[in-house]
Amino acid sequence: MPTAETTRAAAHSAGWFLENAWIIPIVPAVAFALIIFFGKRLPMKGSELGVASMVASLVLSAGAAWQWMNRVDDASSGAVKEVARIARAEGGQSASFVGPVVREWTWWQSGGLEFGIGQHIDGLAVTLLLVVAFISTLVQIYSLEYLRGDRRYTHFFAALTLFSAGMLSMVLAPNMVQLILGWEIMGLCSFMLIGHWWEDQANARAALKAFFTVRVGDVGLLVGTGILFFSANAWTQANLGVSGFNISGISAWALSGEAGKSALTWGAVALFVACIGKSGQFPLHTWLPDAMAGPTPVSSLLHSSTMVVAGVFLVARLYPVFWEGLGITENSVNFIVVIGGVTIVIAALLAFVQHDIKKVLAYSTVSQLGYMMMGLGAGAWLPAVFHIFTHAFFKACLFLSAGSVSHSGSHHSFDMKKDMGGLAKKMPITATAWIVSTLALAGVFPLAGFFSKDEIIDNVGHNGYQVFMIIGLSGAFLTAAYMTRATYLTFFGEARGAAAGVHSADVHSADVHSADVHSADVHSADEGHDAHGSHDAHGSHDAHDSHAAHGPHESPKLITIPLVILAVLAIFAGLANATPFGSDWERFKKYVEPSPAFVALDDTIATGPGEAISLVGAEYGEGEEKAGCAYEVPEPGTACYFPAVSHAKFKWSKGLLSLAIVAAGLVSSWFFCVQYYTRRNRRLVGLTERNVVLRGGYKLLWNKYYLDALYEKVIVRVVAHPMARGAYWINQNVLDGTVNATGRISRRIAGWVYRNIDQRVVDGAVNGSGAAAQGAGGALRPVQSGKVNQYGALLFAAAAIGALVLVIINT
Amino acid sequence: MLTVQFLLLAAVLFCIGVYGVIARKNAVMVLMSIELILNAVNLNLLAFSARLGSIDGNTFALYVIAVAAAEVGVGLAMVLLIYRNRRSIALDELSEMKG
Repeated sequence: MPTAETTRAAAHSAGWFLENAWIIPIVPAVAFALIIFFGKRLPMKGSELGVASMVASLVLSAGAAWQWMNRVDDASSGAVKEVARIARAEGGQSASFVGPVVREWTWWQSGGLEFGIGQHIDGLAVTLLLVVAFISTLVQIYSLEYLRGDRRYTHFFAALTLFSAGMLSMVLAPNMVQLILGWEIMGLCSFMLIGHWWEDQANARAALKAFFTVRVGDVGLLVGTGILFFSANAWTQANLGVSGFNISGISAWALSGEAGKSALTWGAVALFVACIGKSGQFPLHTWLPDAMAGPTPVSSLLHSSTMVVAGVFLVARLYPVFWEGLGITENSVNFIVVIGGVTIVIAALLAFVQHDIKKVLAYSTVSQLGYMMMGLGAGAWLPAVFHIFTHAFFKACLFLSAGSVSHSGSHHSFDMKKDMGGLAKKMPITATAWIVSTLALAGVFPLAGFFSKDEIIDNVGHNGYQVFMIIGLSGAFLTAAYMTRATYLTFFGEARGAAAGVHSADVHSADVHSADVHSADVHSADEGHDAHGSHDAHGSHDAHDSHAAHGPHESPKLITIPLVILAVLAIFAGLANATPFGSDWERFKKYVEPSPAFVALDDTIATGPGEAISLVGAEYGEGEEKAGCAYEVPEPGTACYFPAVSHAKFKWSKGLLSLAIVAAGLVSSWFFCVQYYTRRNRRLVGLTERNVVLRGGYKLLWNKYYLDALYEKVIVRVVAHPMARGAYWINQNVLDGTVNATGRISRRIAGWVYRNIDQRVVDGAVNGSGAAAQGAGGALRPVQSGKVNQYGALLFAAAAIGALVLVIINT
Repeated sequence: MLTVQFLLLAAVLFCIGVYGVIARKNAVMVLMSIELILNAVNLNLLAFSARLGSIDGNTFALYVIAVAAAEVGVGLAMVLLIYRNRRSIALDELSEMKG
C-alpha cells in the first residue's frame, strides 16, 4: 500500500448554500400547499407561485453547486488539508476525497430507532438538484402557455410543484427513509399528472397503470431497504454511530469487507427491482409509453429529470451496494447490465412502429435509461451519471418541441402520420430545437449526447463487458434511425391532416374515444390504423380551437424560449466532461465522482456541516488499476465510500467508429423515409405484408412484444382471477359462514339472555326499586303537610331529641 | 354563678320563642319569635364569652345580630308579598307545598 500522509487543519466551513441545501425541496413543498389553498384566488391562478418556487430552488441549487465546486477546488489545491490518507488515482496523480455535507435531524422515533431527515450533499446530489430545478423551472414556464385555460390549471401547477419537491427531497436524502418519502411523493404526483385529464377513460387507465406498475417495483424498494437495514445496522452503529438507513453508512458497510455477501446480493437485487419499475426498464417499461396520456410538460419533466431517473439515481447513490452485491467487476454479466442492455434494444425497436410522436420519445427515453443502467451495471458510474445530466436537456427539449408542434402545428394531435409533416418551414424555431436535440440524442459530435453515450459504450467495453458494448453500439444505430424517422415524419415531407390546415377536430374526438391504448390485439398491420389517439385533443383545449382556423404557425414565446435554452444546452452540456479533449475538460469527473479513498472513521459523516474532509495523498502508479477501495479491504479504522471505478482512455479510433455507426443510422433511415413516406417506393411499401418474417416482426413490435397482453391477459387472468375467485369462495363460504354462524349463535344466546336475565333479573330489579320508592313516598306523604308551623315543630322536636341524646351520651 | 342566671334567662327566652314559632298563626309574630330565639342564642354566646374571658363570643354575637337583621328584612318582605296576594298573613292557610 502506498505511503499515507496525515495532516489536520482547522475546520473549514462549507458555505451557506451547501449547509442549507435542505431548504431547496422545502420551497416547492410550501408553494404546493399555498397553491392548493389560495391558488385559485391569485391573479395567475397559482401558477406564479409554482414558477417562483422553482426559480428559488434553482437559485439555491446553483449556489450549492457553485460552493460545492469551490469545496472540491479547495480540497484538490491543498488549501484545506484535514485528513490525508490514501486515495487511488490514475496515472500517479493525487486525488482528494471531499466529504459530503451531511445534516440530519431526528424526524421521528419508534422502538428505539431514530429516523432522520436532512440532507446529504455531494457531487451527485448537486448535479441532480441543479438539473431538476432547472428543467422544472423551464417546464413550468412552458406550461403557463401550454395549459392556458385548462379547467384544472391550478391543480396542475400544484401537482407539478409537489412533483419537483418530491424529486428534490429524494436527491438530497441522507437516509433511505427520506429517499422512500421522495420516491413515493413522485409516484403519487405522477399518478395525478398522468391522469390530469381523467375524464377520458384511457387517461385514467394510463394513470392507474403507471401507478400500479411502479408499485410492483416499489415492493422491492421496501424489501431492499429492510434487508440493508437489518444487515448493516450493527456495523454502522458500531463504526459510524449512524443507523443502517444512512446512505453513507450503507455504502461504507458494503465496502468494509465485513458485509454478508448474500445480504448484499439480495438487497441489491430487491433495490434494482424498484429501479426497474421506476426507471421503466424491461420488463416493467410498459407504463412509460402509456404515461404519455398526461399533458406534454408532464411527460417532459417525467422523462428528462425526475421520476424515471430516480431509479438510475438510486443505483448511482447506493453504488457500493450494487458493486459488491452483484459483483460488477468480478463477472462480465450481472443483473443490472443485462436488464439495461435488453432495455436498450427492445425499446429502440419499439420506437420504429409508433405513430405517436410522444411515444417515439417515450421509447427513446426507455432506451436511454437502458444505457444509463447498462453503464452503471458495467462499472461506468461517471458516464452514466453524466448521461443523466445531458439526457435531461435534450430529452426535455424534444418533449417540449413535440408539445409545441401539437400546440401550434397539428391541432393537438400527436399522430405523426396523420397530422404532421412539412412543419419545418411553418415552425422554424421548434424544428431547429428538435433537430439539434435529435442530433444530440443520436450522439453526433460535438453535441451533448456524444460525450456521454460514447463514454458509456467505451467504458462498458473497457470493463470487460464486450457483448454489451456491441449492444450499446447497435443501440446507437437504432437511436439515430428512429429519431430520423420521427424527424422526417414531423418536419419534412408533405403536410398531412391538421398540419396541412385540415380541421379535423371531430375525427380526433372520435378517435380519442375509440383509441384503446391497451389494445394488445391490433388485428391488421395496417399503416393507417390509428390506435394511438391524440391525447391532448380534449375539451379542455376549447380555448385554442381558433388555431385550426389559421393553420400551423410558430408557438408563442413562452414556449419557444424554453426550447431555445434547452437546445443550446443540448449543444454545449457535453463539454462539461469532454474526455476527447484531455483531462482538463473532465470537470464533471473532478466535481461529481466521489473519490475511492480510505477515510478515517473518526473524520467521516455524522459530523454535521462545515467539516469538509479532504484527503490528499495517493501515489498509485500506472498499472495499479485494480487497487484501492472495493479491491482491498479498508485498513482498521478507515472506511471506503465509493469503489475505485476505472475509466477508459478515450481513443479517436473508437470515437470515430461510433460516429460512423451513428452516421450510418441517420443516413440510411433518411433515405428509407424519403423512399417510403414521400416517394411511396413500391418495393418498400407493403413489405411487411408480403414478407412473412417482416410481418411477424412488425406484429410483434406493434403489439409491444405482447407484454401488455402478458400482464393483462395472462398474469392478471391466470394469477389474479383465480386468486380473486379463491378469495371470493373463501369469502362466501369460510368468512361468511363463520360470520353467519356467529350471528346465529349470538342470536340464540341473546334470546335466552333477553328472556331470563333481562326480563327477570334486570327488569325485576328496576321495577322493584320503582315500587319500593312509590311505597316509601306514599308512606312519607302525610309528613309533607305544607304547614310551616308543623315543620317548625318537627324541627325543634328533632333538635330536642338530638340535644337529649347529646346529654345522655355526655353524662 | 352569674352565668347560670344568664343561661336560665336564655333558656326561658328560647322556649318562649319556640312556642311562638310553633303556636302563632300570624307570620309577623312568628318572625318576632324567631328573633327571640336568636337573642337567646346571643345571650348564651355572651355569657360564655364573659366566663371564658374570650372575645370570640362577642364577635360571633355581632354576626348573629347582622344576620338576624337581614333575615327580618327578607322575612317581612315575604310577609308583605303574601299579604298582597292573599289578603291574609295566617300561616296555617299557606299549604300549597303539601306533598
